[in-house]
Amino acid sequence: MSEPTQLAAPAGPLPADTMLAVMWLGLTCYALFGGADFGAGWWDLLAGGSRRGRPARALIEHTIGPVWEANHVWLIFVVVLLWTGFPPVFASVMSTLYVPLTLTALGIIARGAAFAFRKASERLWQQRLFGACFALSSVVTPFFLGTVAGGIASGRVPPGLAAGGLLSSWLNPTSLLGGVLAAAVCAHLAAVFLCGDAERAQDPELTGYFRRRALASGVAAGAVALAGIGVLHADAPGLFHGLTHRALPLVLASAVLGAASLALLALRRLLAARAAAALAVTAVLWSWGAAQYPRMLPPDTTVRSAAAQSPVLVASLISLAVGALLLVPSLLWLYALFQRRPDGGPHASPVNSDRSPGA
Amino acid sequence: MITLAPAASAVPPALALSGLPVPPSATAASYALARAAEPGDLAAARAQMGFSLAWHIVLACLGVGLPLLTLGVEWLGLRTGDPSCRLLARRWARALGVLFAVGAVSGTILSFEMGLLWPGLMGRYGQVIGLPFAMEGIAFFIEAIFLGIYLYAWDRLPGRLHLLTGVPIVVAGVASAFFVVCANAWMNQPRGVRLSHGTHGRVVHVDPWAAMFNPAAPPQTTHMILAALMVAAFLTCSVYAVALLRGRRDRYHRLGFAVPFALGALVAPAQIVVGDWAARFLADYQPVKLAAMEGVAHTGSHVPLTLGGVADPDGLRYGLEIPNGLSLLVGYRPGTVVQGLDTVRPAYRPPVTAVHWAFDLMVAAGFFLLALGAWLTAVRLRQRRRHRRTGRRTRWPFEGRGARLFLALCAVAGPAAVVALEGGWTVTEEGRQPWVVWGLLSVRDAVNPAPGLLAGLWLVLAVYAVLTAATVYVLRRLVRDEPVPVAPQDADPEAYRVV
Repeated sequence: MSEPTQLAAPAGPLPADTMLAVMWLGLTCYALFGGADFGAGWWDLLAGGSRRGRPARALIEHTIGPVWEANHVWLIFVVVLLWTGFPPVFASVMSTLYVPLTLTALGIIARGAAFAFRKASERLWQQRLFGACFALSSVVTPFFLGTVAGGIASGRVPPGLAAGGLLSSWLNPTSLLGGVLAAAVCAHLAAVFLCGDAERAQDPELTGYFRRRALASGVAAGAVALAGIGVLHADAPGLFHGLTHRALPLVLASAVLGAASLALLALRRLLAARAAAALAVTAVLWSWGAAQYPRMLPPDTTVRSAAAQSPVLVASLISLAVGALLLVPSLLWLYALFQRRPDGGPHASPVNSDRSPGA
Repeated sequence: MITLAPAASAVPPALALSGLPVPPSATAASYALARAAEPGDLAAARAQMGFSLAWHIVLACLGVGLPLLTLGVEWLGLRTGDPSCRLLARRWARALGVLFAVGAVSGTILSFEMGLLWPGLMGRYGQVIGLPFAMEGIAFFIEAIFLGIYLYAWDRLPGRLHLLTGVPIVVAGVASAFFVVCANAWMNQPRGVRLSHGTHGRVVHVDPWAAMFNPAAPPQTTHMILAALMVAAFLTCSVYAVALLRGRRDRYHRLGFAVPFALGALVAPAQIVVGDWAARFLADYQPVKLAAMEGVAHTGSHVPLTLGGVADPDGLRYGLEIPNGLSLLVGYRPGTVVQGLDTVRPAYRPPVTAVHWAFDLMVAAGFFLLALGAWLTAVRLRQRRRHRRTGRRTRWPFEGRGARLFLALCAVAGPAAVVALEGGWTVTEEGRQPWVVWGLLSVRDAVNPAPGLLAGLWLVLAVYAVLTAATVYVLRRLVRDEPVPVAPQDADPEAYRVV
């Protein structure tokens, strides 16, 4: 790596590694919660005509409505921690992967705004228009984020401003694998979460509907992951080596958990399936991290060489710890409040509500 | 070794720096890259950042001020049981839901654009401004969590508890504004960074607290938070001023006008004082920006204050001059010396006409809003005296002489507040040019050298055009699809859907 990208006094390993771990935790939360919100867009898109798809769309809207904004903040969190903790990595990634990240940003705008607009619309054609926009952008945004992950993991983002290929950095086998895998995993997570919600709303028909979709998307995601072994072997040997050596336990864990999640779905143990699916996705993300560590931009940029100054890392980590004291109870309250069985309030039962999207 | 430590000397360090010859190539080379951006791409990047910020800043202000107004009417409704207040609270909450979602996503785009467009800034100084952004992330998180609770649990929680769930939204909204503007203030007054040599040296030490609490932070954050309250208050009151002009004079519309107007009228005088503080701060700390704001070409005493005009190398022409005005404002004496643009080389001067006009527009709009509040206060006081004397009562500005003119002016108060907001923001950003970090990094060295930024600009403009149209359309439909009952006091506010 060229000398100037390195900051003069690299941080000690502890603050930098802690920062990386916190960031990866944020990324995991985004993949689980934000990913499920994006995946819900798949099922919204595929729910069928406005009459047939009405119950599924109502459940989707009811489930992600109160939480998607909070779930979305995880992404901002990761972006901010990346530029605070590892500024050269942030600059290199953002400038080289300018195209897919701009498309991601536009997808985020379209998804969030269209979802809010659909909820506030009263007319069928408006709900259809905003709904289509919400659903389409929900599908493409995780794909582009996945291509970004693939570009970084396959070592196509060199340090420096826009030093990598404008197109080749994200239009390559590993990026495409990342994109397809991200989209499939989001769809699977969403279906698993939604069938649990449908069960709690005591709607056996919707429960079965999303259970079948959870099984199908789980099999699809597993197939993509299997095919990915070949892709990585050919296209990203460094990552492949890490996954088959240091990260092997995590890779195996993700495979076992994924299979367990499918089995639990088949056995109608929906809550346990939810936990297994979430853990499987977590294992995938952390196996990537373990395979690549300590390289942030393979092959040469490491955690230590890219880390910000120690005072910055320490101050940010302390602020985050204090913030977490406020955040964690609030977040738990939010989820608890809307995961309880509806208590018969005026808008409590979405599925049978007289006005619902696409109605 | 150049130190930008908190204990700066009396001479603002960055001013001394700005005179240093900084070959652009040297700064770029320090970031491991020889390729430079096309000039067209630099303009496109600036246009894209400016446009998306100008767009988001209005939503952000509504996100700070509208929850406060909504909580205010909800509290009034709880205390008095007034159905008009309770209905107002529900309607404003519903609009808030749409506006917050749009503000959240347009804010996310900005955090992306920081890296997509200005990787040279973030790669070098991202860690310096990271701390306030990390705090802003937490504050925004809390805002989003409690907004979800506040909106979606309206009918699930008891009244008082529900009101309390709104308080964190207001606190976190104000805190977000504070943190973000602290980061922006650092770009005006960079502190807490030590570089190895010259402005293109390496970052060898960072004090994130000194960077965050830089000297520009207190005036800038105060000015911005008050501006956010004013924008939200006057925009809301404008909506109801239009309804009142159209003849809807019931209690619901009168309250919808009066509550936000009261907030705006209370904040406006404080904002004038804070604005004066912020401008006086520039005279000491960032005199080139003040010189651009007032078109001061040459350093000297007895500097006039010029309203309007066009910049030429010797100052402003064709403007309305108030003799000694600027010297008096800066130092209370006509003899006060004001630094001119001639203290820096021409390449380091901001565009004067644009900055000056933005500043004048902001001040004009600010005084217009102040005058509206003063007008209402004066009429009300006079009427109270007359009421005591004669027992006759008029409810101005809803009836009586001059009321229509007053309401018509209030109908443009919201747009005027937005003009002031955008003007002030233009002064801050345009007045710092050509620097992105004053005296340390120029925009040219910060921009992404990747080709095709111009295409990105067009794409973003198209998306924002659609987003603007859809937001306005949905907000208008919110009103039309569920109109206010003819007699809101007879209606049941509980039947009105919040989400």
